[in-house]
Amino acid sequence: MRSVFLAAAFFAAAAYGQDAAKEIQRYREMVAEGSPVELFELEGDTLWKKPQGPKNVSLEKCDLGKGPGVLKGAYAGLPRYFKDADRVMDLETRLLYCMTTLQGRTREEATKRVFGNADRPSEMESLSAYIAGQSRGMKMAPGVSHPKEKQSIELGRALYFHRVGAWDFSCATCHGEEGKRIRMQELPVLYKPEAARSTAASWPAYRVSTSSFVTLQWRMNDCFRQMRTPEPAFGSETTIALIHFITATGAGATYNGPGNKR
Amino acid sequence: MKRALLLFAVSLPAFAEPTSQQIEKIMQRDFHPRGQATMDRVVQDGLQRVCTESANRPPAEIARSLEAEQMKTIAFPEGSLVGDWKRGEAIAQSGRGMTWNDKPGQEAGGSCYNCHQLSPHEMSYGTIGPSLRGFGKARGAGPEVQRYVYGKIYNAKAYNLCSNMPRLGASGTLTPQQIKDLVGLLLDPASPVNE
Repeated sequence: MRSVFLAAAFFAAAAYGQDAAKEIQRYREMVAEGSPVELFELEGDTLWKKPQGPKNVSLEKCDLGKGPGVLKGAYAGLPRYFKDADRVMDLETRLLYCMTTLQGRTREEATKRVFGNADRPSEMESLSAYIAGQSRGMKMAPGVSHPKEKQSIELGRALYFHRVGAWDFSCATCHGEEGKRIRMQELPVLYKPEAARSTAASWPAYRVSTSSFVTLQWRMNDCFRQMRTPEPAFGSETTIALIHFITATGAGATYNGPGNKR
Repeated sequence: MKRALLLFAVSLPAFAEPTSQQIEKIMQRDFHPRGQATMDRVVQDGLQRVCTESANRPPAEIARSLEAEQMKTIAFPEGSLVGDWKRGEAIAQSGRGMTWNDKPGQEAGGSCYNCHQLSPHEMSYGTIGPSLRGFGKARGAGPEVQRYVYGKIYNAKAYNLCSNMPRLGASGTLTPQQIKDLVGLLLDPASPVNE
């Protein structure tokens, strides 16, 4: 009798699991259909062309790796090494570089509010949406051959497994084994190509739970917050190396973003 | 100039995977303290270093000796270790505490449901740790079990050096009373965990 009851409970739980998975999939599809990503792209378009800073110029001459002002496919080639700055940069760090060099803004002013919220997205977020959107349909191909690119990817790999902080976490503590969850959130194993590809193909993204647009610099920042470490600087070698490692692991994915996240 | 030198110093050797000492230097340069998250947190302690360098599979002898060292951090209170399971459930639910935007001094939670199944009434549970449903029902609530559960929550690394689980007592996240309440959640026959 007892075992019959247990079996019934098991099948009920399994059915619940399947229904929940189907519901989540349906919800994701609904969200993707009505995604507000386009609004962020439009705002980014305006900001890209808006004269700003002491030099009162726009970002239209910013070189994101394909030549000054070339946006088509630029995001798909990042992160990469930039000779003028003599370092590896991701999209946001490169934008910051253009804000300080082309527009003459200070780093302090340009990074005052890099992460926005539902009421007011940040300049960096809207610009990221606009620029990433112009790589849709292209293969992700970050720089992997320059010595500094190789070094950055190796640093990212080592950081991924480096345990620190008040709770002894590394990235791999949560993102280390297939099929694991935090609460209901599934956790991609980002040192493996399969999960890294879908991450590379979908970030930056609109985040439904906070109604805001989020970037990879934000993702690194908020993961470290939850790892109970101090705060990494925006565009630091640490955050770029992690983004570079994940993107290089996911290289070859067709960019399909900006995506939608929970 | 000084910065350039530092960059040069930490970027050698060319493409080999950086050592944990090099990573630590890079993190000390790239991170800044915020709120209660101070810079000492990017300095690895002995076990973090050993677990990182051995990919969480330390040589048995080193593991035993470091586990013994961690065991010494646990101060077991006198008497029963079984607290109030209702308070324990609230502590298990809460993911607050120790981050740079948590108020220092404010009561933290244990983030237990982030990784473990506990009460059957909570469907939103993580799977990084094992399911703890029915934990006390299967093991009873004798003094040895109480001591094991209290110790494991206080400092998981005393039992398994490279465990994914934080040292919730030793890190100052939870108080001894909160840990007792979690012991109650796991062991009290009236707790939903043991339904």
